[in-house]
Amino acid sequence: MEIKSYKGKFNFIRRRITNVVMLSISFLAAIITIAPLVLIFYYTISKGIANLNINFFTKLPTPVGESGGGMVNAIVGTLILIAIGGGIGIPVGIFSGVYLSEFGKNKFGAIVRFFADVLSGIPSIVVGVVAYTLVVIPMRHFSALAGGIALAILMIPTITRTTEEMIKLVPHSFREAGLALGIPKWKITLMIVLKTAWKGIATGILLGLSRAAGETAPLLFTSLGNRFWSTSIFQPIASLTVYIYQYASSPFKDWNDQAWTAALVLIILISLLSLVFRIITRSKYKT
Amino acid sequence: MLNNSAENSNINESFVKIQNFFKKNKRKDTSSFLNKILGNKNLGDLIFEKLTLLFAVLVFLLVIFMGWEMYSHSILSIKKFGLGFLVSSTWDPYREIFGALPVIYGTLVSSFLALLIAVPLGISVAVFLSELAPSWIEKPLSFLTELLAGIPSVIYGLWGIFVLVPWLRDTIEPYLQNEFPNSPFFQGAPYGFGMLAGAIILSIMVLPIISSISRDILRSVPDTQREAAYALGATKWEVTKIVLGNAKSGLVGAIMLGLGRAIGETMAVTMVIGNRAQISASLLDPSYTMASAVANEFTEASSDMYLNALIELALVLFVISIIINILAHLLVWSTERKWK
Repeated sequence: MEIKSYKGKFNFIRRRITNVVMLSISFLAAIITIAPLVLIFYYTISKGIANLNINFFTKLPTPVGESGGGMVNAIVGTLILIAIGGGIGIPVGIFSGVYLSEFGKNKFGAIVRFFADVLSGIPSIVVGVVAYTLVVIPMRHFSALAGGIALAILMIPTITRTTEEMIKLVPHSFREAGLALGIPKWKITLMIVLKTAWKGIATGILLGLSRAAGETAPLLFTSLGNRFWSTSIFQPIASLTVYIYQYASSPFKDWNDQAWTAALVLIILISLLSLVFRIITRSKYKT
Repeated sequence: MLNNSAENSNINESFVKIQNFFKKNKRKDTSSFLNKILGNKNLGDLIFEKLTLLFAVLVFLLVIFMGWEMYSHSILSIKKFGLGFLVSSTWDPYREIFGALPVIYGTLVSSFLALLIAVPLGISVAVFLSELAPSWIEKPLSFLTELLAGIPSVIYGLWGIFVLVPWLRDTIEPYLQNEFPNSPFFQGAPYGFGMLAGAIILSIMVLPIISSISRDILRSVPDTQREAAYALGATKWEVTKIVLGNAKSGLVGAIMLGLGRAIGETMAVTMVIGNRAQISASLLDPSYTMASAVANEFTEASSDMYLNALIELALVLFVISIIINILAHLLVWSTERKWK
């Protein structure tokens, strides 16, 4: 570029300086954003690993002052809770997603889509309150079922919207090929469209499940927590997240250390969940 | 000839007869009940459509049902306090007087402060990801920000209690008090637990949402806009300014989605904000939010009125977050649709 006047040249330099400064700021911002992630992982791993031993996975929590002990009940409890949540949430999510993509090109579809988005923005504590009024009050006691229902409600919008988006990506020629063979539409949707979109849908399910595994607020007064071994869905049940909350807020150092270990185990559990899903979806895709 | 035409009319007559016969039979067929519903559809299709419709209706009804359920379970408190619930500043479970103003104040201020930190950072990150970074940096960085969004909130709280709060208490808060001894924002004993800690934790949690939605919005601005600016000799920053201007309303939507998350965030805030229902200008003082009040006191609620007041708090939170989310989605949609 040819710059004639001194003023023009100065202006050009000024613009280039602004350019470099602003771009560096945005780069710096990216680093600042990643910093907490690194810090949180660093502390969780370094503080959690100290108590990470076989006892943690095989023993029940010990009373204050007694060292040792584990959280086997909480690990199993978290798995049971997400299983209940998934058992209710996944079918509702997938079928409503199928409705939205296959039949939802009308006004009602738009409304449902909108409500699914609204539902995903509702704070999880509110969902917990609803599960409390819906299940705990009629049953008159806290239960794993109530917690599972709360988690299901939290999962539904994620699964609904991912299912819809993923089904939309399936090419129309697939459906047409099925129709040309005289296959009824419902079979095409279930056997061809859903099968093709399965990988994407599984990602949505995984996202929903791993979020549910990390939820605490809706469990505080639905599944409550339990210091003993329980797998009944009609009784209060322990969960890793509620343990982390209670142990972190307690004044006992033993418990604080256990909270870090529980956090590490929770992160490992969520990562394993994602790994298992990746393996399942990969093998499904190859066949 | 005559003979021939008679034959023709005979044939015509029989044609009409045959046609009528078929018409009658067809009418008979369609008059059956099943066919009336089905039209030209397969029975399986019909069942399938209605089944999926049922689940879709379920999603739709769920939101309305939630509102109704909370309303009907907070009726005691709604009847007793009316609108005063929102403007009274006494939250006293022992005398059963419930005013939500301190917790509403705490919610709004902590969310506002969180956005004050997270918005400039989040949008800068979005600019970096969508405009600057080569794809080998952009992809892992996007992955990391999404990972940040996936960390359970209780782990943020754990980190807040044992890392952030001591750091604030020992380093940052004494420093702020030394630097600004007369500022009303930094009065009181530096506990660590308080509004500042809550706001910082919230800002970390809201950042990935704001940055990832803003990134998608910036990407939806077509490249022709950028090319036109470059053609006029603009620098990269000037091009970015134009892109940001184009995406303005979508970015506001992204910020509002972040606000929605901040307002409803419970665990991490409860663990670090100090949980005291008071209105204080000082950022070092303990505070309380709607979500943390519900989380903290729900299992302790000893009387029906107390429980009703807490459920009403959840209802207020529900309504606020729905309004914010609706506005946010409308803004995001309107921007993304603009370029389609």
